[in-house]
Amino acid sequence: MDEASSRPVQTFRIKTVGRASHAALVVVTVALLALALLPVFAGRTLIQDLIFLYYMLALAQCWNLLAGYAGLISVGQQAFVGLGGYILFALTLTGGLNPVLAIPIAGLVSALFAFPTALVVFRLRGAYFAIGTWVVAEVYRLAFAQVKPLGGGTGTSLTPSITSSAYGIEWVKTLLDVRTPAARDIVSYWLALALVAGTLAAVYFMLRSRRGLALGAIRDHETAAASLGVDIYRIKLAVYVATAAMTGMIGALIYLQKARISPDAAFSVLDWTAYVIFIVVIGGIGTMEGPFIGAIILYLMQHYLADFGAWYLILLGALGILVMLLAPKGVWGLVSERFDLTLFPTRRRLVVDDEERPIASKRPKMRET
Amino acid sequence: MTSWLDALIQGVLLGGLYALFAAGLSLMFGVMRLVNLAHGDLIVLAAFVILFLAAKLGLDPFVAVLVALPIVFVAGFALQYVLLNRTLGRDLLPPLLVTFGLSIIIENGLLQLFSADSQRLRSGAIETASIPLGGGIAIGVVPLLTLLSAIAVIVLLNLIFYRTPIGRAFRATSDDLEVAQLMGIDHKRIFAIAMGLGFVVTTIAALYLGLRANFDPTIGPARLLYAFEAVIIGGLGSFWGTLAGGIVLGLAQTIGARIDPEWQILAGHLAFLVVLVIKPRGLFPRAQD
Repeated sequence: MDEASSRPVQTFRIKTVGRASHAALVVVTVALLALALLPVFAGRTLIQDLIFLYYMLALAQCWNLLAGYAGLISVGQQAFVGLGGYILFALTLTGGLNPVLAIPIAGLVSALFAFPTALVVFRLRGAYFAIGTWVVAEVYRLAFAQVKPLGGGTGTSLTPSITSSAYGIEWVKTLLDVRTPAARDIVSYWLALALVAGTLAAVYFMLRSRRGLALGAIRDHETAAASLGVDIYRIKLAVYVATAAMTGMIGALIYLQKARISPDAAFSVLDWTAYVIFIVVIGGIGTMEGPFIGAIILYLMQHYLADFGAWYLILLGALGILVMLLAPKGVWGLVSERFDLTLFPTRRRLVVDDEERPIASKRPKMRET
Repeated sequence: MTSWLDALIQGVLLGGLYALFAAGLSLMFGVMRLVNLAHGDLIVLAAFVILFLAAKLGLDPFVAVLVALPIVFVAGFALQYVLLNRTLGRDLLPPLLVTFGLSIIIENGLLQLFSADSQRLRSGAIETASIPLGGGIAIGVVPLLTLLSAIAVIVLLNLIFYRTPIGRAFRATSDDLEVAQLMGIDHKRIFAIAMGLGFVVTTIAALYLGLRANFDPTIGPARLLYAFEAVIIGGLGSFWGTLAGGIVLGLAQTIGARIDPEWQILAGHLAFLVVLVIKPRGLFPRAQD
């Protein structure tokens, strides 16, 4: 036998979906249904905690898509949280629009603002982009502090008649036999659940698409991706505008729930960017699973340690630094490496089959590549 | 008319302060390509160090800063050597996130130690002294000293960079890290020295920050943004460009404030964005990146 014939002939296929992922799909569907029905049993505190968890998770997924995949490390996403919140206040207070309708419009307006913003900040590269986005967020904050009909620098509140006018509140009141404030929380809860599910679906399908393949290539090596024909500028712009729209909608919901807005709170770098970065980094950047773990860790830390004030934030900063230095892939990175686990199959893996294996098993499954 | 002339003069003097903020950032970027998100908080930290030394030792801030300089040099050296050198590499994320975490730690650490009260460095009569220029215009001695110090710092930095062996090592590691290492340069030590030097410049900036206005632990991020804007407006890689950038920013803020006091900060940010749109590489670019 000569060398060539003894060497096993290798075939390749691209694998995305693993066994755990199929199970995850079922689990996600069941979990969504269960979570949607939760307000029937759960108390008000749990509902409010979960609203916080949902919107932080949704913000984290957006930032993860930006920084973990598109390489756009933004420290200025509070610009769109605040913008969304202010658009909701403007539309409901002066436009008389129903708050539920104002949320998608806030997303649309955020996307419209994101375009010119991107044209400016995209002139800065890498780390300078980060500070540039922060400057833009400050410009938004200072500009909204000048808008006197929305309370200027001190901010303004939504009247109870507006917050209780959201669609569904009357229906919840009669159906679950609760008072208006509890019904408001329940409607906000469903909106938050819908937004987080929508964000997850959007991020997931974006990553599974052709564009997602390009994004992964950009993440791994930008120059190499460009040389293979990926239009980097266009894809980054698309991701920036899309995440701005989602972030704006989340911001609108956050401030509908809070019912009070001020420039300093709405454009707070700590609340809407530092915590979000913490979630993504601790959980595992560049994966969809990481932010889930990070959001739960942040929630637990807030719950048990927030009373320590400054010490809590010092601990948060130190933990972020330690994870970045010692385990840059975060908690999920450790877990998935140890157990070879993927819940959201967004990675494409090259599987090499040997010839001995039966033909049927090596039929190429090259779905979206 | 005098009022506008006054605004121009005050703007240039304010630019001196921003150039001092920016010189440290520019130095760190120039040598190790590090964009330090904790820079503003480090300025505030240095101001508290001066305040602490002045109070404990009963010194004038101008003397206290001389005591502080060797301390902060060692602190900067250690920070770079122990922590920040580990973050440098092809990936942008680690240095950004580590310095962001550092920024949060410094701000809250200062809040814990010194509370949120406004502080000020006290230096007696010099604080309010001014030189009348006639026509109702006067320039404060401290703002003038700020600008002169900024110029002195930039002259010294240029001397260090272009006339000394350590400056040659700075430029070599900045130009090509691998080749510099092949030539026997210990880049980790060079980076640590650069950070120590950056801390020294930062502390000089902190002296004038504390003499000119009140400060508290939360004002760091805004100083980072001013420093960053001055660097970008001036163009990367040139210390004189950084001075020009600081002055452009100072002018924009002062003129904005003259139109409406609430527009001071906004006017500075907008000037930065306009420069970014018209000349993305800054007014006097030198470095490639």
